[in-house]
Amino acid sequence: MKKAVTPEQIKGHLPVLLPTRKLMLSDIPLHDRLFNIWTAGALLIAFLASAIGPSFAQAGAGPARSIITILLDWTPSIAKAFGFNVLISIFAMAIGTVLGVGLGVLQVSPRAVIRRPAWLVTQFFRNSPWLVLLFYCILLIPFKITLFGVTIPFPGWIKAVIGLSLPVMAYMSEYMRGAINSIPTGQWESAQSLGFTRGQTMRDIILPQTIKRVLPPWMNLYAVLTMATPLVSIVGVSEVMSLTRAALSAEGRVDLLIPMYLYILCWFFIYCYPISTLTGRLERRYSVKL
Amino acid sequence: MPWTPDQPIISLKDVHKSFGQIEVLRGISMDVMKGEVVCIIGPSGSGKSTLIRCINALNDIQSGSITVEGQEVHDQKLDMLALRKKVGMVFQQYNLFPHKTALENVMMAPIKVLKQNRSEVELRARALLKKVRLEGKENAYPGELSGGQQQRVAIARSLAMNPDVMLFDEVTAALDPETVKEVLVTIKDLAAEGMTCILVTHEMGFAREIADCIYFTDKGVIVEYGPPQTFFENAKDPRTKQFLSQIL
Repeated sequence: MKKAVTPEQIKGHLPVLLPTRKLMLSDIPLHDRLFNIWTAGALLIAFLASAIGPSFAQAGAGPARSIITILLDWTPSIAKAFGFNVLISIFAMAIGTVLGVGLGVLQVSPRAVIRRPAWLVTQFFRNSPWLVLLFYCILLIPFKITLFGVTIPFPGWIKAVIGLSLPVMAYMSEYMRGAINSIPTGQWESAQSLGFTRGQTMRDIILPQTIKRVLPPWMNLYAVLTMATPLVSIVGVSEVMSLTRAALSAEGRVDLLIPMYLYILCWFFIYCYPISTLTGRLERRYSVKL
Repeated sequence: MPWTPDQPIISLKDVHKSFGQIEVLRGISMDVMKGEVVCIIGPSGSGKSTLIRCINALNDIQSGSITVEGQEVHDQKLDMLALRKKVGMVFQQYNLFPHKTALENVMMAPIKVLKQNRSEVELRARALLKKVRLEGKENAYPGELSGGQQQRVAIARSLAMNPDVMLFDEVTAALDPETVKEVLVTIKDLAAEGMTCILVTHEMGFAREIADCIYFTDKGVIVEYGPPQTFFENAKDPRTKQFLSQIL
């Protein structure tokens, strides 16, 4: 039996031929966009109120300070401790990025003796729990190393930085491998025909082109790393989480627990959200090209 | 035995090349003299591109010999850089470096590979861009140029290495009909200056006009070759006749 053909199909307007386009935020009417943000905001406020509200009820009973006041009082210390988290994340990111780019380049080596070990190292650290890696670094790295009479101290936080940089290295290595392999082979060939060696081609032609491709996942990785920094408090390095625990025990108020941790969450959110938004924007911008 | 200009600048003898099980070149022999312009034509899949890629060692060969200025190309001890300096190559897909401007594309190899002085290279690069009629486009990125313009930058980039031979691999195949001409004019200028050129092309009219010798390849062998006049008007082999009747 023949299927009925609509007049649109006869004219060549098959639905499959219509241009497809990903739904962009700007396609959504402003009203809907506002509504969504408001909804999120309202939810957050409701959540905050449910946490803080009961404490106000209690506050009326005695001379205790309000939760807001307590949070504000602790803010300078929290900011300082949070700054330490940021510092750890920046150092770990810097070390992990440098090592990861190198490892990624080794992963695409034409020589199996170089490529295979690089692949193994990458896979090993990419598939290890971050906390276990942290414990390993804290336990395995001595607290000081004496080299030629010079003693280099390794305080806990530096060991933690090294521990966190290992997974960053592994992820970065994979991003680099993917990015390098995504550069058209014609680039290699034309460089080769101009007399560039493999190393020169990699450094001057291929790697500069990978930056654009690696930047969005790299930023995303940084946000993930920052959110993972509280892990270091578990291995005894003081940062914002250890400070929060200290503050809570100093205040000794049960009703402070939820607002306090919520407050810390807000700090991380405010720091990480712009990064992920920017990442998304960059991804969209670069996905069109090439 | 040192090479002298009265010997073929490029000489292929019984070249065999296969990709896995597929034999792409099955005994190719040809000689190209200095200053000669040679066009290689033939149906797709006949090994034309592989042939010229073997000449500058982008592909290796299984047997036979290829010499450029008397030097064996597929010799393990060959100084690759020396070969690449002698042989320039332009690709179908231009393959410009997208993160560099037109001028930087031209300047890059002389500076990084030949370690030449930057300011001298820049003067030469500007002159080359002028020669390929791209004055004023020095600071444009490849993405901002048309296909024909990009291809002319690619030609200038190869010329910046001062090659003795230029290989053109279907350089107009990816271009719009109206930009094909500007690239062909550039190649014609080069040929007129005495540059040795080997072109793989589908532009029969152009091949006829520019070539000193036309080679017709099919299924990995050279079926017939000769000067354009004889080739196009008095082709002897039935396969050549059939091919020409389809395209002319």
